[in-house]
Amino acid sequence: MSQRKRVAAVGSQTKHFRRSQQVVLDEDDGDMSLTQPTSSQVQKARENFTPVQVDRKVAEVVQFILIKDQKKIPIRRADIAKHVIKEYKALYQDIMKRADRTFEQVFGLKLVEIDSKNHIYILVNKLQPVPGEPISMCPGNPKTGLLFVILSIIFMKGGTVKENVVWNTLKKLRVDVGEKHEDFGDVKKVIIDEFVRQKYLEYVRIPHTDPLEFEFRWGQRAEKEVSKMKVLEFIGELHNQEPQSWTQQYREATSVETSQR
Amino acid sequence: MSRPMGDSHKRFLQTLMSNGIVSSLQAKALHRHCCETHGAHYSPDRLDEFIDVINAQLQPMFMHIRKGMSEEDGLQYYALVNMAETDVTRMSSDYADNELELFRKTMDLIVDSENGTASSTDILNCADSLKSKKMKKKETEHVLNKFVQDKWLNEKQGEYTLSTRCIIEMEQYMRMIYQDLIKMCFVCHNVAFQSQICENTTCGIKMHLPCVARYFKGRSDPHCPSCNDFWTHEIPEIQQAQSQGSQSQSSSAVPAPNPTPSTSSTRRSRRS
Ligand SMILES: [Zn+2]
Ligand SMILES: [Zn+2]
Repeated sequence: MSQRKRVAAVGSQTKHFRRSQQVVLDEDDGDMSLTQPTSSQVQKARENFTPVQVDRKVAEVVQFILIKDQKKIPIRRADIAKHVIKEYKALYQDIMKRADRTFEQVFGLKLVEIDSKNHIYILVNKLQPVPGEPISMCPGNPKTGLLFVILSIIFMKGGTVKENVVWNTLKKLRVDVGEKHEDFGDVKKVIIDEFVRQKYLEYVRIPHTDPLEFEFRWGQRAEKEVSKMKVLEFIGELHNQEPQSWTQQYREATSVETSQR
Repeated sequence: MSRPMGDSHKRFLQTLMSNGIVSSLQAKALHRHCCETHGAHYSPDRLDEFIDVINAQLQPMFMHIRKGMSEEDGLQYYALVNMAETDVTRMSSDYADNELELFRKTMDLIVDSENGTASSTDILNCADSLKSKKMKKKETEHVLNKFVQDKWLNEKQGEYTLSTRCIIEMEQYMRMIYQDLIKMCFVCHNVAFQSQICENTTCGIKMHLPCVARYFKGRSDPHCPSCNDFWTHEIPEIQQAQSQGSQSQSSSAVPAPNPTPSTSSTRRSRRS
C-alpha cells in the first residue's frame, strides 16, 4: 500500500500536518459550558455514576456524533455537552476518550478537532475509498466526483487557485456553473455552500481586489480524508503519465502520506 | 470473547451505515470486496460470522446489524438497527413533530389494513387532524415523498407500504405498541404486513405474498396450511429476483441498485 511508504522528507509541510492531525480532546481552555473540573470533582463523579450508566453515556455520545456526521455537520463540543453529556459533565474527558476509541476501533473513523478555539470536531474516515466498490461508501452522491475534480485542480495548481480557473476548467468538462446541472443542480451553490460548509473546500476573498475575487483551497476535511497520492494517481491516469513526473506534487503527496502514518 | 474488528469489518460497517440497507446479494459482494481490499481471509459462506464479529463490537453502542425479509421480493436484506430507541424517535433528528405524527398515523393505517397498505387518500385525511400541527395537502405529499426517499415507506400507485428497512428497524417497537394486531407469517414466521389472510375467520393466518407464491408453487388446488380451508386469494407469481443462486456466485456480481435511491447523506437538516 502506498500509504505505508516511508519517505524521510520532513519538511515544514509535514510538521504542519502533525500538529493538525492531533485529536485535541485533552486541552480545555474553559468555555462557558464546560469549565475544567477539579480532580476531586472527577473522582466524585466517577463514584456517583455506575459503570453501566457511564457506558450508556458513551453510547449516546457515539450515536449523537454519528447522526451529525451523516449530514456532514461539524460538531460543536458545547452541543455534545448540552444535549448529551449533561449532568455527567465532570466525566467529559473520560467519556470523550472512550467515544473516540470506539470510533477508531469499531467504525474506522477518527474524531478530529478542526477549530481549537471554538472546539469544533468532524469525523474523518480512516479508510481510503478504493475503486471497484460493489456498493458505494457514499451512495447517492454523484457530487463526490465533482469534489474530487475540484480538489485535483487545486492540488495541481499548487494549493491555491482563483475561482475563475475552477469555473473554466469545469466548463471544459461540460459542467457549466451558469447553468442548472442534471445531477448537481445549482453547481456553484453546491461548491461554495455545501463543500465549504462540509469543510472540504475553503473559499476566501483575495485581499485588495476590485471587483471582488475569490480563491479556493483544500478544506480541513479534505486534508484529512483525501489522499494526495490518490489525486496524483488520478491525474496521472488522465494524462497517461507516472505520478512521479510532477515532481513537486509527488514530493508533497509522499511527505503527507509519511506524516499520516 | 469478542474478536477485534479488522479494517475489512469497519469498511463493511461504514458502507452499510451510509446505505441504510443492503440486499443480501450486495452484502455478499461487499463482504468479498472488504476482505480483498484489506487482505483479510475471505470465505464466501461465512458472511454471518463476519457480521457477528461486528455485532459483538456494536453491542455496547446499542446497535445491531439485523437481517430481514423484503415483503416485496422475498429476498433477505441487512440493516443497521438502533436498539436504544427502536421507535419512531429514531427518525426524530430528521423530521418535525407533526411529520412524525403523520408517520405514526400511517403505521396505524397499515397495521389496521388487511393487506398492509395505506392509501394516500386515507393518509391525507389523517393529516387534516394531526394534534401537533395540521398539514395541508401539498405539504403532506411532500413529507410522504421524503419518507419514501429516506426508505421508510414504499409507494406504488398511491398505496403506501412499510419498507423493508422500516420493518427491520422498527419490528420490536411495533410489536410492543400494536401487540396482537401484529401477525406473523405462517411460512417464514416474520412479521407480516403485505400479505394474504385466510378467509376462515376462526383461522385467519397470514402469509407474505412471496411466501404464498413459494408455498403454493405448482399446486392447482391451494389449501390453507393451517386449517386446510380452500385458499381463496389469487396466487402471486414467484418474482424473477428470487433465482439468485447463480448470480451470487459470479465473481463480478454487480448487485442491482437499491430499489429506492439512498438519501441518507442528502437528508436535509431541519435544525441548524
Ligand atoms: Zn413469510
Ligand atoms: Zn386457514
